[in-house]
Amino acid sequence: MDFLRPASWEEALAAKAEHPTAVPIAGGTDVMVEINFDHRRPEYLLDLNRVAELREWEVGEENVRLGASVPYTLIMENLRAELPGLALASHTVASPQIRNRGGVGGNLGTASPAGDAHPALLAAGAEVEVASVRGTRFIPIDDFYTGVKRNALAADELIRAVHIKKAAGPQQFSKVGTRNAMVIAVCAFGLALHPDTRTVRTGIGSAAPTPVRAREAEEFLAAALEEGGFWESGRTVPPSVARQFAELAAGACNPIDDVRGSAKYRRHAVTVMARRTLGWTWDEYRGFGRATEGNERCA
Amino acid sequence: MRVNFTVNGRPHEADDVWEGESLLYVLRERLGLPGSKNACEQGECGSCTVRLDGVPVCSCLVAAGQVEGREVVTVEGLADYAKQRAESGGCASGACGNGGTSVGDAQRWQAEPAGTDSQTGEQGELAPIQQAFIDAGAVQCGFCTPGLLVAADELLERNAEPTDADIREALSGNLCRCTGYEKILDAVRLAAARGEAATAGQGA
Amino acid sequence: MGDVTRTPTNLTQGSQTRGGIGESTLRPDGTLKATGEFAYSSDLWHEDMLWGHTLRSPYAHAEIRSIDISEALQQAGVYAVLTYEDLPTEVKNYGLEIQDTPVLAHGRVRHHGEPVALVAADHPETARRAAAKIKVEYAELPVVTDEASATAPDAPLLHPGRDDHHSGHVTHPNIVHRQPIVRGDAEAARTRADVIVSGEYEVGMQDQAFLGPESGLAVPAEDGGVDLYIATQWLHSDLRQIAPVLGLPEEKVRMTLSGVGGAFGGREDLSMQIHACLLALRTGKPVKMVYNRFESFFGHVHRHPAKLWYEHGATRDGKLTHMKCRIVLDGGAYASASPAVVGNASSLSVGPYVIDDVEIEAIALYTNNPPCGAMRGFGAVQACFAYEAQMDRLAAELDLDPVEFRQLNAMSQGTVMPTGQPVDSPAPVAELLRRVKAMPLPPQKQWESAGESADVRALPGGLSNTTHGEGVVRGVGYAVGIKNVGFSEGFDDYSTARVRLEVVNGEPVATVHTAMAEVGQGGVTVHAQIARTELGVTQVTINPADTQVGSAGSTSASRQTYVTGGAVKNSCEAVREKVLEIGRRKFSTYHPAWATAELLLEGGKVVTDGGEVLADLVDVLEDAAIDLELEWRHRPTEPFDLHTGQGQGHVQYSFAAHRAVVEVDTELGLVKVIELACAQDVGKALNPLSVVGQIQGGTTQGLGLAVMEEIVVDPKTSRVRNPSFTDYLIPTILDTPTIPVDVLELADDHAPYGLRGIGEAPTLSSTPAVVAAIRQATGLALARVPVRPEHITGT
Repeated sequence: MDFLRPASWEEALAAKAEHPTAVPIAGGTDVMVEINFDHRRPEYLLDLNRVAELREWEVGEENVRLGASVPYTLIMENLRAELPGLALASHTVASPQIRNRGGVGGNLGTASPAGDAHPALLAAGAEVEVASVRGTRFIPIDDFYTGVKRNALAADELIRAVHIKKAAGPQQFSKVGTRNAMVIAVCAFGLALHPDTRTVRTGIGSAAPTPVRAREAEEFLAAALEEGGFWESGRTVPPSVARQFAELAAGACNPIDDVRGSAKYRRHAVTVMARRTLGWTWDEYRGFGRATEGNERCA
Repeated sequence: MRVNFTVNGRPHEADDVWEGESLLYVLRERLGLPGSKNACEQGECGSCTVRLDGVPVCSCLVAAGQVEGREVVTVEGLADYAKQRAESGGCASGACGNGGTSVGDAQRWQAEPAGTDSQTGEQGELAPIQQAFIDAGAVQCGFCTPGLLVAADELLERNAEPTDADIREALSGNLCRCTGYEKILDAVRLAAARGEAATAGQGA
Repeated sequence: MGDVTRTPTNLTQGSQTRGGIGESTLRPDGTLKATGEFAYSSDLWHEDMLWGHTLRSPYAHAEIRSIDISEALQQAGVYAVLTYEDLPTEVKNYGLEIQDTPVLAHGRVRHHGEPVALVAADHPETARRAAAKIKVEYAELPVVTDEASATAPDAPLLHPGRDDHHSGHVTHPNIVHRQPIVRGDAEAARTRADVIVSGEYEVGMQDQAFLGPESGLAVPAEDGGVDLYIATQWLHSDLRQIAPVLGLPEEKVRMTLSGVGGAFGGREDLSMQIHACLLALRTGKPVKMVYNRFESFFGHVHRHPAKLWYEHGATRDGKLTHMKCRIVLDGGAYASASPAVVGNASSLSVGPYVIDDVEIEAIALYTNNPPCGAMRGFGAVQACFAYEAQMDRLAAELDLDPVEFRQLNAMSQGTVMPTGQPVDSPAPVAELLRRVKAMPLPPQKQWESAGESADVRALPGGLSNTTHGEGVVRGVGYAVGIKNVGFSEGFDDYSTARVRLEVVNGEPVATVHTAMAEVGQGGVTVHAQIARTELGVTQVTINPADTQVGSAGSTSASRQTYVTGGAVKNSCEAVREKVLEIGRRKFSTYHPAWATAELLLEGGKVVTDGGEVLADLVDVLEDAAIDLELEWRHRPTEPFDLHTGQGQGHVQYSFAAHRAVVEVDTELGLVKVIELACAQDVGKALNPLSVVGQIQGGTTQGLGLAVMEEIVVDPKTSRVRNPSFTDYLIPTILDTPTIPVDVLELADDHAPYGLRGIGEAPTLSSTPAVVAAIRQATGLALARVPVRPEHITGT
């Protein structure tokens, strides 16, 4: 095993080009587990800790450019207003120690369906900025996940940043685990209201081979809100609409039975989370949101 | 490979490090600092928690090569770290370290003299959080203790008067199998209260 | 901060000498543990040491056709590769009671993760890579996974030709041990019942999940022997099993206890002890072995999963008429502590209740599942979950309050157990229930208590943000349990203590030397307290536990404070007699009280029971050192009759009751335990702070079993599916509620200081109390633990 320590982004790209099998390591919270348990013996480890720009973020007019290695703790602390869904998701990641090291780039690189950031990124709308010595490209988040723990990166590419739409409305994130902290998602649900475009977006984690959006549910809800004039009136969303939205969300799942939960439970839990997050976001949109720890931080 | 970094304020050099080694392994097996514990090596227990450039992290998930040129504080340096922080009124970098643990060391326990009143933490060798853990009965087998101490010390550095919920959240990455956590909560409350009392005493 | 250092109420305080029994003195190892200097077995280091590694079976049941180590041996940095063929003597197996566990697999592996080969190398990674080059040819065999497959007529036998002392009375060779208990006439009593409730219950496989992994350092000695520094629960039991395999006399295997990172039963069996010694003796170099968490799940036995069938009857006015039960424990591939688990499960299956007419049967199976053995409260934990569920159902049938129903049938001193053994010390079962019930209930909706904002940290789901109060229903549940203390069924359960008293630097100093494994429980604290109380000294040195002193027995079965504490007390008393003899010789002419009064040692002086000071200890002792090593044993017990289960099998019982308050997100099936109150009779609290710590810790392990902890074994392959802390979850501080503890001290006159073993009882009743509370919140039957979200949501 070789340990590569590029001092700059350019050096990192050059190293990755020279050694396409090199495994990038930033927070180490996925890679080191695999090494410690002898699940993986990469030829090269490509340390990205010395590339300072990866830990930086920029808040622009429409987007936040979030460096791939910005730790979850800093997202929680600094980007609650701009990225409320991702900030909430960040808060559910593992433990404080892990949140101090891990970042969104790692979640994207590993592309595990259980990664906590994915539903929030899918719901908010994002593009992944990837680069190689060949150049830079922007991959829409919807096209990023290509299979179980597989993504759209080429062998010589590295994730540099994620460009996430700044929230124009309330966002929520909810995750089911069988412990009250430090738990991997049995399944997770992210919801973002986009009043500017009168759309809603969703993201579901751990309930399909990849993180997915519940497009039918999104379209149904957007139509129902539009047709009922709810965006203008701010009236309560009827329970029947919420119920159907939730059922459509569950319909987008293709879960498996595993040691963390049954497929049936996952579908059921997505239904419940979809309905609840809709309630929380809509209440907040109407301005009636009972301040909870969660949506207070979103406000 | 060779790795140079600072541990508890003292520069260290580790040679012949295998690239897959963790910071935890280097601390424990190469630098003679086994205080950080190897309970799960997958970031799920917090027993190996150290400060990396001031930030609490699981040292089992930091690749050795990643600490090149950086500063690490372990439980062995916690007392000095806390002392310097108290003296400077802010953040400190530690400056101490112990040798390795040879066989036979630390196996003979002088029982605490009867009625020792350590309420004031007057030994002076310990950080306030360490003293509080001992006094509150928060230590049983003690394997989780080093990681909890580093995490709890950092919590109190950020938040001198944490609520119970704050304490629980800050320590939710540190598993303990012996105590049921109640006495750990007691210990953090005790350290916070003593910190407050000390501050009040200085008229600050 | 008055409540931070609080001691529990109702505790008697104070011996005459400061730091004696009854005080919450601090741990002698506390400072070392808080500074990181305390040397755990995984912390040891030796010049020139090698790393040992174990190659384990990927299959649960397979024939080993061949093992080729040649390529592994050729790897640079590898010093030895050992297989079964390298074992030096005819003794190739070990075991606590039945020597059925191969040191290294021979021809066949019987469970997933069974050790097959060993490697010693200069770096752990070198050892791992070499192990990966060992070529083992396996031929998979069908697995035996449960009672049906284990006792089928054509079932593969786990241990064909077994000739252990249980093999004669079991009904099938895949049954390790069977214990029936029959008392009264259950069939006849059944006719008196107005209501009959029966049910089947299931307990999953729990792991001890101690944080300090199995580890140790073996150092070859010049005399051909070996020094082993190790984390264990019982040095001498290890020694008895290790030495014959190595072909060494016991005195050439010198064992020293290293720091132990928790045990909870999981270190009662050997793990890497023999392996490290074999590698050290083969290579002539010190060998360190440290399991990682993955390997640890294969490196020790677990709590027996159980299926329990129960029938109870009661009269309309709420008196229990009879009980029938059948308890099937899965012992896995090797016997470990299974026979004792069967003994406890059967003899305690009735719980802390008066039922005169019973029919009981408990068995443990041999299967290809992971071996199961000792874990905190074994046998009794499984039974308690089932009989407490039955109590709630009976109370509901009879429309009685569940606590009152239990109190109505609660045992008390004098009650005769199903084994025919009368309970001859206080059994305050009704009182413990009264106490937990009387505690104030925690306020409703504490997530709102912060004021304007709801706090998800106080809600089911916690940080995962699953509810802001939606679907959340509160429930309250009660349970009470009974656990035997000490080794039962005729086992010669003794301990040894060496106590030395001398003057050092002008001050009397006591030194206590035992082989007791301090695993975190605080035995070292208590030994110093006992020495102070008995010898009236301030300074006590606790020597490291090793095999240079006689056996202390195991740190298990809630027995160490009783038995090794008793041994320390006994040796101190003998030392005190010697001191007084010297004193009488020297000073009796100066004061008549030397001859006539009851004399004590207090505050460094010889005093009369009236408090008159006769001499300074320093003057009595001068240059003399009194040094005594004595064995001490509790009252003898006897085996249970193999057909009727009758016998004076237990030494002492321990009782605890819990009240659980939970909040359940009924839609998502997530549980937040809000409070878990406990009342326990401890006989005498030698160290109140430690007592409360034990109760809170045991309570939390019970909570874990109730809602999250289970080793999941694939029923088709018998392979473990979740050997990691990612998927075997234990409670975090956010899962653990406040645990108010009410300690009762009713002396057991048969025990030292009247004390009662305390470590296990709180683990029993915690689980059923939590589940009872979930049942109340959801209206569901919930007959299995851990309760999963799927069970609550019907998915």
